[in-house]
Amino acid sequence: MADRVVAETPQPAKPPPGSLLAAWDRVAPATVPFFAVFTALLIGAGIIRFAGASPLVAYRALWEGSFGTPAALANTLVKSTPYIIAGLAVALGFKAGLFNIGAEGQLYAGGVLAVLVGFHPAFAGLPPLLHVPLAVLAGALGGMIWGAIPGILKARTGAHEVINTIMMNFIAIRLTDWLIKSKDPLILLDPSASTPRTPYIAPSAALPRLLDTPLHAGLVLALVLVLGVRWLLYRTTVGFELRTVGANPNAARYAGMNVSRTIVLAMALSGALAGMAGAGEVLGGQGYLSPDFFAGIGFDSIAVALLARSSPVGMIPAGILWGALLNGAGLMQIRADLSIDLIKIVQALIIMFVAADQIVRWLYRIRVAPPTEEAVFSRGWGR
Amino acid sequence: MWPTVRLQRLHVYALLFLVAGMWLTVGVSARFPAEETTTLTFGIGRTAPKVALPVGRTLLAVGVYYVVSGLLGLAGRRFVRPATWAMIFGGLLIFPTVLVAAAAGKQTNVLTMLNESLRLGTPIALGAIAGIWCERSGVINIAIEGMMLAGACFGFTTFFFLGERLPANQALFISVLVAVITGGLMALLHGVLSITFRTDQIVSGTVINILAIGVTSFVRREYLLSTRAGRVTLPSIEIPLLSDLPVVGPVLFNNKPIFYSMFLLVIVTHVVLFYTRWGLRTRAVGEHPRAADTVGIDVIRVRYINVFISGLIAGLGGAWFSLETVGGFDDLMTNGKGFIALAAMIFGKWTPLGGLGGAMLFGFSEALGTRFQILGIPLPSQFLQIVPYVVTMVVLAGLVGRAIPPAAIGQPYEKQS
Repeated sequence: MADRVVAETPQPAKPPPGSLLAAWDRVAPATVPFFAVFTALLIGAGIIRFAGASPLVAYRALWEGSFGTPAALANTLVKSTPYIIAGLAVALGFKAGLFNIGAEGQLYAGGVLAVLVGFHPAFAGLPPLLHVPLAVLAGALGGMIWGAIPGILKARTGAHEVINTIMMNFIAIRLTDWLIKSKDPLILLDPSASTPRTPYIAPSAALPRLLDTPLHAGLVLALVLVLGVRWLLYRTTVGFELRTVGANPNAARYAGMNVSRTIVLAMALSGALAGMAGAGEVLGGQGYLSPDFFAGIGFDSIAVALLARSSPVGMIPAGILWGALLNGAGLMQIRADLSIDLIKIVQALIIMFVAADQIVRWLYRIRVAPPTEEAVFSRGWGR
Repeated sequence: MWPTVRLQRLHVYALLFLVAGMWLTVGVSARFPAEETTTLTFGIGRTAPKVALPVGRTLLAVGVYYVVSGLLGLAGRRFVRPATWAMIFGGLLIFPTVLVAAAAGKQTNVLTMLNESLRLGTPIALGAIAGIWCERSGVINIAIEGMMLAGACFGFTTFFFLGERLPANQALFISVLVAVITGGLMALLHGVLSITFRTDQIVSGTVINILAIGVTSFVRREYLLSTRAGRVTLPSIEIPLLSDLPVVGPVLFNNKPIFYSMFLLVIVTHVVLFYTRWGLRTRAVGEHPRAADTVGIDVIRVRYINVFISGLIAGLGGAWFSLETVGGFDDLMTNGKGFIALAAMIFGKWTPLGGLGGAMLFGFSEALGTRFQILGIPLPSQFLQIVPYVVTMVVLAGLVGRAIPPAAIGQPYEKQS
């Protein structure tokens, strides 16, 4: 396992230092995501043509629908918020060498606890200054529990977190479904609603709106969490241990770090972040939870984390791109008469090109970045 | 250190069995009136054999069995082996016991139940076999779900356009073929990304899953929304002679083609994997690619072909959804079965027969869910749906034996010059 072969591509002769070419070489690796997005949009244009619509009309509508007006921009930012936070969750896992596919389940676990604190009579009458943080923390707790279980299983028995987080996703989705739909006993269902959903949260638990727009405090939470995760990863001992375990668990063990504890901690923190993303959506958006509330946000956050190359600050543009594509898709559907699912294809292509960056490098002749600490995910299934 | 851990684990299980057994004998069995019975029928029609089991006494017997096997587990080192087997059998006993208790006072058809389990287990078994082909050669395949979904979609799309031009059976045959090939093409993409470009195999699988969701829902929204005609599915085929067998014949040998081909594929995979040169090469590449390369095996080629075959089988699994069962295509219609298949594969420790067993276990828990609803048992269906996932986690955690994957899994291979 330790002798994992690092990809070596033949390199042309190095340009002299100080020249413009050398400067380009230093910047070039960072441009890979841009080229990946560009290539994906190009192939998307081909598919639009094939479906009998005009790529120009479609992409213009996509732009106007996402950034064209202040209202569109605000909606894009609202849509992006959960992706930024959940993307951070996945990235934190990546940094510790863990592939947390379980963001979806952790969102549900967080959403359930947040909505419970939001509407339960026991918390009624609290001032917003107390009620909102309490509900957000409840969400973090839900996600933390849901993330810690696969973490403990990995640390204790070596069971691979990918399978376990996938299973935890399904368990969370089914459990939420039951909690919301169950009539006897009545748990989270609002019996007066026409479709199965929970009761509305109390106004005191709702995230405050910003400047009379659809924007809510979830965006602020996302920005704070971005800075918080960056600080945690690069300025604290815990973060250093996390990254060391991710880069080389054997070295970490030799250095005296507690690898098992770090794995559990990373999964718990990752889950807590995803849980907060869920709480933010429930408390800042509709104000209730329904069985398919998060449909796919957790899965897409893997893509966002890959797109940002696990950089906490990079999560902001990556999340906004994701939100923009989703938000603009509506107008594109109307103007170009195209199914909004086209956007999903473009998104999948984007991650494909980001993940398989050798394709993009080969297409655009970009040099390989100097080797850095990089977590390896695929260590096989078992132990 | 390992043997002591194992012994302790056995003790924990033995205690669990003891408690469950006592609970059954003392607590539960007395709750059923002595004369209440569950009638188990085998087959359809009046002539079908019937067995009437007194519910209370059945539960009592199972409870006593549990107590005995629990005591056996605590008896000491000499009884480790018989105790283990007794507990494995006891674990399997849970299913009929639950059925008998659930259907108290009514009658339930055992063979239909068995058939349903096998039928619902079919796509899971196909997915598990697909996974085995891929993973035995050292390539993780979490994209079975996406390959199935793509197969289901494009298979049905083909039928959608051919259905009116060709006789139904011909059109269906071509559609299944297209589904199979679609799965194969998706797998080739997985191969290109993970073998040639050495992308992380789990990332590559995730990409394919997301791509499959996007492409299939796009195709459905763009082309398949106008539903024409009734829903046509693959015809049932009676196997001559076997279907004339009393009792089992009409139930098990009057099924649809993909159902049969699943059993065929299990056997073929078992034989190829363990008794042919190709199988040996595949396993060698999955365990130690460098050594395989040294003796002249083309690692890259072996991996590509295995990944491709894996996709073909997953595509067939996809056809089960759209062409054999539903006769249409819905968004996300594979509904996580590809992931359960992965679980079945791990449950079966990367062997075809074990994978089939795992698939049947999950098929049974699904069949039990529908049966519970028919019988009007107030257990939420979501709880039964959760069972396979929990079982998977328990298995993976090594609570029921160890699951050891191929050694070189997840590692891209690069030839050294």
